Amino acid sequence: MTALLDIRHLTRAFDGLLAVSDVSFSIAGGQITALIGPNGAGKSTLLNLVSGTLPPTGGVITYQGQVISGCPPHRIAEYGIARTFQHVELFMNMTAAENVMVGRHLRSRGTLFSAMFRLFGTAAEERRVREDALRFLERVGLREDADTPASALPFGRQRLLEIARALATEPKLLLLDEAASGLSTREKRELVSLIYAIRDAGVTIFMVDHDMDLVMSISDAVVVLDHGEKIAEGTPTAVQHDARVIAAYLGEEAAHA
Amino acid sequence: MSRVRPSPTLISVLLGIALVALAPCVVTNSYALVPLTFIAIYTILVIGLNMLMGYAGQVSLGHAAFFAIGAYTSAILSTQYGCSPWAAMPAGMALAGIVALLVGMPCLRLRGHYLAMATLGFGMIVYILLMEWPDSPPLLLATLGRLLHLPASTPWPFTGGASGLPDIPALAIGSFVFHTNLQKFYLTWAFAILALLLCANIVNSRVGRALRAVHGSEAAAATLGVNIAAYKIHVFVLSAILAALAGSLYAHAVGFISPPTFNFIRSVDFVVMVVIGGMASIWGAVLGAGTIVLLGNWLQDVGAKFPRLAEFDLIIHSAILILVMIFMPAGIVCTARDAVLRRLRGRATAPAAAAPAHSEEVATP
Ligand SMILES: Nc1ncnc2c1ncn2[C@@H]1O[C@H](COP(=O)(O)OP(=O)(O)OP(=O)(O)O)[C@@H](O)[C@H]1O
Ligand SMILES: [Mg+2]
Repeated sequence: MTALLDIRHLTRAFDGLLAVSDVSFSIAGGQITALIGPNGAGKSTLLNLVSGTLPPTGGVITYQGQVISGCPPHRIAEYGIARTFQHVELFMNMTAAENVMVGRHLRSRGTLFSAMFRLFGTAAEERRVREDALRFLERVGLREDADTPASALPFGRQRLLEIARALATEPKLLLLDEAASGLSTREKRELVSLIYAIRDAGVTIFMVDHDMDLVMSISDAVVVLDHGEKIAEGTPTAVQHDARVIAAYLGEEAAHA
Repeated sequence: MSRVRPSPTLISVLLGIALVALAPCVVTNSYALVPLTFIAIYTILVIGLNMLMGYAGQVSLGHAAFFAIGAYTSAILSTQYGCSPWAAMPAGMALAGIVALLVGMPCLRLRGHYLAMATLGFGMIVYILLMEWPDSPPLLLATLGRLLHLPASTPWPFTGGASGLPDIPALAIGSFVFHTNLQKFYLTWAFAILALLLCANIVNSRVGRALRAVHGSEAAAATLGVNIAAYKIHVFVLSAILAALAGSLYAHAVGFISPPTFNFIRSVDFVVMVVIGGMASIWGAVLGAGTIVLLGNWLQDVGAKFPRLAEFDLIIHSAILILVMIFMPAGIVCTARDAVLRRLRGRATAPAAAAPAHSEEVATP
């Protein structure tokens, strides 16, 4: 199986603290891969490195054979990688539809100049972008909230809106950072079917989550981080029975006790 | 969904045209049209600066310099090189755009407020250049000119130093010269309304949305493919071009320019105009420019009686800046509009509607 994303010796230091330390693994296209680990393990940092939100301090990320590490985030978006954020990063100053319309940024071309003079095609493109956005809202079940300000949406819908916005870029790889956290059981169930639907549409999913039941039931492969290092990788069953994984999670529980 | 409804921008523009057309019926004293003309000129500058501050989230403390570039390019080309003002005007705008690109590029690639500092320094340099520009080419340039076989008669541009440049021709269409106060009033407002319309178009477009997104969350906007640095530079260049347009109109409307008009301290006035009007509110530019121009006039009247008072305008402007920032951070226009909306919606009690979407904000004058 060909890897869609290949991570080699990836490292990110924050003044001495190695948030991600010499991590290597790859993600197979068309699958759901989960990234788990105790709090502060470096999961979000790793996602930030893949999406270009943060530059790595070492290592290489290859996407479809092209080195993307070190590229700015907007370039990485052009490659077809989209993401959501652990702490919702919606454009609170905009409506739900407008949020998703920003997701269509790379799929439209209007410039400052063409907008100013409303050159030929500007209005048509604008209409098309809005229609596209409504389509993506529909996909996550937010069609009725199109004209609601993002800030006025309940939390669960804000998470869905972030997914719709990411999908609007028509990514090949979707990164989800704890998309299920803070959701009710029912919302989680809906999220799972949404994730399956996205996967079935051909999008590879790389997700971080703390909900073990959810992770183990939907993912094809699991990567486990602890203190920035990869401690295990494999099928959900294999990982669940891995001694180091159990120790890492037990250690966490002990620390919380 | 009401599909066939005129866009708020169109309504605002028509309203603006009607107001401008009718203003001279109310303001019958032609001298009173002069400050209104200045309001139009500064509105053009403030719209650009407003986009820079409200949408790109950057402050420029050097817009007086771009204003100067427009004014001096127009004045020099039309008085010393025999250019038509209509050719001199775009030349000044182009020059300002190029200079903005050079100043902005290094600063706007970095995050943070480097632009404010760089433009402050830039504003000072331009002001000093205007004052100290040599009346004849320095030896080095003269030699270079000879080496390049430039005709000896090629005039050396001069700024007039502290005494400024007089006798700048007025704008004209064919044999029709805009030289009465009323004609200048209409001409400058035509430009101002056009500039308002063009910028309102940006706000409600792909680029405007991207800019508002950057304001909402830089991280998210970037991961959706928005090249943040590039857009900040675009907006900065646009704001410099608008400032140069305003400068050129100023030169041709007043007919005389001198350095104090372009003192780098004036850049602070422009920032105050933006803040009063409300950042990210294009139409607020008119109010911001209006307040400061009229206040300046009033201070001058009072200053005639109390000569020392006029020197306090910077203090007064700064005090306004601080007060507006503290009590009405959204600017006067938005604060007033929100208050009205709250009253109107008070009975309807729709909490979700209490946070108006941004796009409505800019479309309402
Ligand atoms: N911008 C930053 N500056 C400094 N340290 C950081 C930064 N971001 C993360 N860290 C540190 O890096 C480590 C890993 O953080 P990260 O957010 O990646 O963990 P995580 O696995 O996502 O945790 P959680 O499950 O709580 O979300 C933590 O110790 C954190 O404090
Ligand atoms: Mg995290």
